[in-house]
Amino acid sequence: MAECHPVGYQWVMEARARGAKVFHIDPRFSRTSATVDRYLAIRAGTDIVLLGALINYVLSNGLDFREYVLAYTNAATLVNKDFRDTEDLDGLFSGYDEETGRYDPSSWAYEGDVPEEEEQTEGGRRHAEAAGSDSYGARGAGASATPPADPTLTDPRCVYQILKRHYSRYTPEMVEELCGIPPERFHELAEAITANSGRERTTAWVYSVGWTQHSVGVQYIRAAAILQLLLGNMGRPGGGIMALRGHASIQGSTDIPTLFNLLPGYIAMPHAHRHDGLDHYLEREGADTGWWGNRRAYVVSLLKAWWGDAATEANDYCFDYLPRLTGDHGHYATVMGQIDGTVKGYFVVGENPAVGSANGKAQRLGLANLDWLVVRDLMLVETATFWKDAPEIETGELRTEEIGTEVFFMPAASHVEKEGTFTNTQRLLQWREKALDPPDDCRSDLWFFYHLGKRIRQRLGDDEIDRPVKELTWDYPEIGEQRDPDAEAVLREINGRAADGRLLASLRELKPDGSTSCGCWIYCGVYADGVNMAARRTPHTEQGPVALEWGWAWPANRRILYNRASADPQGRPWSERKKYVYWDGTKWTGPDVPDFEEDKAPDYVPPEGAKAQDALGGTDPFIMQSDGRGWLYVPSGLSDGPLPTHYEPHESPVRNALYAQQANPARRTIDRPENPYNPALSPRFPYVYTTSRLTEHHTTGAMSRPLPYLAELQPEAFCEVSPDMAEELGLENGDWATIVTARTAIELRVLVTGRVRPLRLNGRTVHQVIMPYHWGYSSGGVITGDVVNDLPSIVLDPNVYIQESKAGTCDVLPGRRPRGTALLDLVERYRHG
Amino acid sequence: MAERVGFFTDTSICIGCKACEVACKEWNNVPDDGFVFRATSYDNTGALGASTWRHVAFVEQDGRWLMSSDVCKHCTHAACLDVCPTGALFRTEFDTVVVQSDVCNGCGYCVPACPYGVIDRREDDGRAWKCTLCYDRLRGGMEPACAKACPTKSIQFGPLDELRQRAEERVERLHAEGTTEARLYGANPDNGVGGTGAFFLLLDEPETYGLPPDPVVTTRDLPAMWRWAGGAALALAAGVAACFLGRR
Amino acid sequence: MPRRRDEMVPDAEFRSYYGQPVIKQPIWHEPHMPTYLYLGGLSGAAGAMAAAARLTGRDRLELAARMTAFAGASAGAAFLVAELGRPMRFLNMLRVFKLTSPMSVGSWTLAAHSGLTGVAAGSAVTGLLPLAGDAASVASGLSGVAMATYTAVLLADTAVPAWHEGMRELPFLFSGSALASAGAAVMLTTPRAQAGPARAAAAAGAVAEVVAGGLMERRLGLVGEPYRKGRAGRLMRASRVLTLGGALLATVAGRSRALTALSGLAITAGALCTRFGVLEAGRASAKDPRYTVVPQRDRLDAGRPASVPGR
Repeated sequence: MAECHPVGYQWVMEARARGAKVFHIDPRFSRTSATVDRYLAIRAGTDIVLLGALINYVLSNGLDFREYVLAYTNAATLVNKDFRDTEDLDGLFSGYDEETGRYDPSSWAYEGDVPEEEEQTEGGRRHAEAAGSDSYGARGAGASATPPADPTLTDPRCVYQILKRHYSRYTPEMVEELCGIPPERFHELAEAITANSGRERTTAWVYSVGWTQHSVGVQYIRAAAILQLLLGNMGRPGGGIMALRGHASIQGSTDIPTLFNLLPGYIAMPHAHRHDGLDHYLEREGADTGWWGNRRAYVVSLLKAWWGDAATEANDYCFDYLPRLTGDHGHYATVMGQIDGTVKGYFVVGENPAVGSANGKAQRLGLANLDWLVVRDLMLVETATFWKDAPEIETGELRTEEIGTEVFFMPAASHVEKEGTFTNTQRLLQWREKALDPPDDCRSDLWFFYHLGKRIRQRLGDDEIDRPVKELTWDYPEIGEQRDPDAEAVLREINGRAADGRLLASLRELKPDGSTSCGCWIYCGVYADGVNMAARRTPHTEQGPVALEWGWAWPANRRILYNRASADPQGRPWSERKKYVYWDGTKWTGPDVPDFEEDKAPDYVPPEGAKAQDALGGTDPFIMQSDGRGWLYVPSGLSDGPLPTHYEPHESPVRNALYAQQANPARRTIDRPENPYNPALSPRFPYVYTTSRLTEHHTTGAMSRPLPYLAELQPEAFCEVSPDMAEELGLENGDWATIVTARTAIELRVLVTGRVRPLRLNGRTVHQVIMPYHWGYSSGGVITGDVVNDLPSIVLDPNVYIQESKAGTCDVLPGRRPRGTALLDLVERYRHG
Repeated sequence: MAERVGFFTDTSICIGCKACEVACKEWNNVPDDGFVFRATSYDNTGALGASTWRHVAFVEQDGRWLMSSDVCKHCTHAACLDVCPTGALFRTEFDTVVVQSDVCNGCGYCVPACPYGVIDRREDDGRAWKCTLCYDRLRGGMEPACAKACPTKSIQFGPLDELRQRAEERVERLHAEGTTEARLYGANPDNGVGGTGAFFLLLDEPETYGLPPDPVVTTRDLPAMWRWAGGAALALAAGVAACFLGRR
Repeated sequence: MPRRRDEMVPDAEFRSYYGQPVIKQPIWHEPHMPTYLYLGGLSGAAGAMAAAARLTGRDRLELAARMTAFAGASAGAAFLVAELGRPMRFLNMLRVFKLTSPMSVGSWTLAAHSGLTGVAAGSAVTGLLPLAGDAASVASGLSGVAMATYTAVLLADTAVPAWHEGMRELPFLFSGSALASAGAAVMLTTPRAQAGPARAAAAAGAVAEVVAGGLMERRLGLVGEPYRKGRAGRLMRASRVLTLGGALLATVAGRSRALTALSGLAITAGALCTRFGVLEAGRASAKDPRYTVVPQRDRLDAGRPASVPGR
């Protein structure tokens, strides 16, 4: 966090100054490790073992916050009798199909839930269709908000008991064997987090891409969620799990998504084969109980925002104008489509996949096989210049004169040259003023897409197929000489309006009958009363610590989600020290906006057949879930199991000591010549590598390498190795090393440092190589270097298709890499032993 | 004369982000200092110099990684200022030491005079440069760029007396918490440079960070030097006289 | 380097930051600065000899000394300007006079001395204003002794350990060397009959130089090490051999022009080696943090930290 978020990290330092104890768990001893109370070195790719052991520690010592757990989580809920755990099946859950490598999750359901009818799509079964549904908390049509439960937590089929069994072998010894963390360090951590949880205290977890970029990435976060729910650290001040983002407004780009499977506000993208029309879609995507029960209002308001008067009840509010999924359209599937020639054109906006995505060679081979490519960036990034300076030109795999891709480079405006919002990881929208016009041909993304849309619309005829684009509301006021669309007008559209044009103040005003419009239901209220709430800047000295008048947080300006959980079931604060949102006898109140209906009393019991939020009781704080509970166990929605389970990375030098199942059985592999894998446990690739970032650079370096003041601070691509490893291999500090995987070999400067320590795992030594990935072959670079992301393979988490770039295996050789075809020969030798 | 101001750099909360280095260069228009991978931990600018006025040192020790942002000390008795033959270096109304780049003639005498190795000559323009404690910003009522940019308040700017008091309290607190190796560097007005306007809280001996453990302003001994030189001059005159008077 | 503390430097006696220097090395260039130091000394001592010759009525010797002083001062000024880069920069030195800056004092001394020697030499060559010429010649004796010794303060008044700590002996080393070089130069340019004092000066200066240098190296201990090691050590040793050899030759050369010339050259070369050696020793002592850190650390460990009394 100190490394990549130094500005935010000041508050960690502040917390330490006030007595907070801070642990840092990372394969790499970073600037963060240097400034915390305790650093724990961990083998990359083993965090679920550690988190599982912490869960086991909490459960086996009875340290869970029992009152919280009973009232607010699904610990007591009973699970289908057909469910089989990994303990029963040696690393597999029930429902696994060897042939397809996918799960049928129906046996994971709650007792009494009716599993959906079997439904085949070309991608596999419904839940196995990764990234298919983001309607969180849904459990299929007709699921009850109050599933059968055993409040004594003794029924072997209740979640609590399943959890206990599942993690029973995640012991400190196992942590030592797999993670390399000694038992005394583990106990120090376990004691600290349990001592600092409960009524009086809370513990927070902070993670970043070191947790997500794994073939079990989603389950890493799930494991932390289980721990935090057991300790009562969700929905309370000082608790929670904070995701640090890779760069500005990544949160915003999932809220109003650039993801293929989502519509704004985490509404599922319709599927070509799964949904026949609006009604059918709404019926299948999302639960009827909990706030998702209102999804018709959200979807219809979105359609009204996009198609205005053209969207009517008679035409399903233009629901059929929405594009449809037919399967996986994620980044890596798209790249494979490029190589295969099925993807002809490509927009790359503010990204640099030739350097930033796993298996850079596959990325560049894809780019070289396009008809056209549009790159919008501040600098000539490697993705725009690959045709002349990619490593494949040097090796002869690509020849400039044979690349047919027509590259359009569109210079972009910087953040001071455009107005708009950033949404940070706390869901806080902050409005940004424009300081000056962008120079020359540089334009904002908003300008680009708006004017591109206008030009496309001008060229459209009267064909039926053109109507979705022709009938879009596409009429923002244009400002100044450059005719930049008015970003505040866009924000007003996102906020939404009533039928009379009045700006809506709250998402509760959204109607399912087409009388309201709203571009993103969770953002509704950002322009309440005609005021740009995101632009508010009341200083902290003039308001309380929750600072509700600084910017605006979705939803409804709530700063802590699910904050009903900060009070006990009767609505009283858990403690005076941790008092936050509470029931004052007539309403919920406190320094934050209650994340609950203000007048729903703690003793509210839903009537039979109630829908949406009315179906949740007065003690159900997790209002987006169909049962209002925090899910320790996830009965549906995940592709690789209801409980986080340790699997080794796809490429690992170590056998999975917990199960016969070595790696995530549901992970997605791409078995193609462009993407060869290192065999697991291969002696040819004995070292573990992980990629990392530095304070001095930003992501692929496109915004930092061209700047001399930043470039001089970290001028060359390097790897960090331990003195022992350097000695073993003859690596010299300051000299070169060549890192080899089955994909390619790259050369890096060597930084020999005692910060990297060899790990003793089960009596054998495992060395780790740490590689910051900020360098590339151009980017108007004052400095250049080999592309670290050329090393990882494409192997994906089955839920969200994120690549496993944080843990892999490699070999390391002293000296520089071979040039030209000799490089290919070297890699070829490694592939075939 | 305004109140004396300075920096208190508390290295115990430095996170090594180098924002101070970058902010300094941005504000003062200092050129880059070359692009050299030095393989000295995360330090690739090496030391303070003509084109690096804030420098973050990274010291790797067993289990510790010390980081410390170094800067011109703005000495009470400043050797660079004393020895400057042109008056290019002067003491400002804030009791800071600044080079006037339009007066400096590049003789380079200040360079070896500094006991901290701070000031240096830029070879391409031939003049001496160092931290100005953002004299222009001070005159505009603003704090120096490095202090402004520091996210953890490791670099604190303010009236020197106030900073010294704050620093004493900080050391006491660290000692109470068990960080007994914490010590102040440069805060003592009785040291060999009469105390520094920029002082530090360090977690190890100063030389570990590349700082002199007990620096002296060289001009402290200047009267003695002149006396010895006078003696030598007299001896020379006497020697010459002896040669000419001894025999004819 | 990201190595452990004990591996950071081969010698565990002191600690440093990756073995990097604590102070900056003097940035004066070679050959400009050492040559200037030599020429300044030569001119200064020659001025003193010219004055002495005037007062004792040795016309031929005085003429040689006057011309040597003038030539040394002019050439020295030229080297100084070359060191600074542009003539304007030397004039800029004279915008203030600062006693705390030996460079300022030296600039004024050089200005005065070269002016005086210029007048003296001009008068001698042209025969104009003989009184003024003689007065200037006598005055250049005063400016000359300053000229020959201020350079020692110039070096000592820095943070460079080998220079600063040598503040006592350096003036004697430089004035001795100046006397030796001026003696040698005048000896070569004066008819033998009148050259006796010059020969004596050369010999006396040489002895003073060698003695002062030896005393300094002995007294400085660790900090004197740079004078004994590496390039500086070689230069200082060469200087000693050349200077002493030259002085010996001068006393035994008798009527031999060749031997006299050889002795003069040896002394001159020795004086140059001294200046190059001292400059190099300064650079070496600044470059190795040991010479900065160890004495300071010893001071602290002995409970005698530095202070600035009375300031």
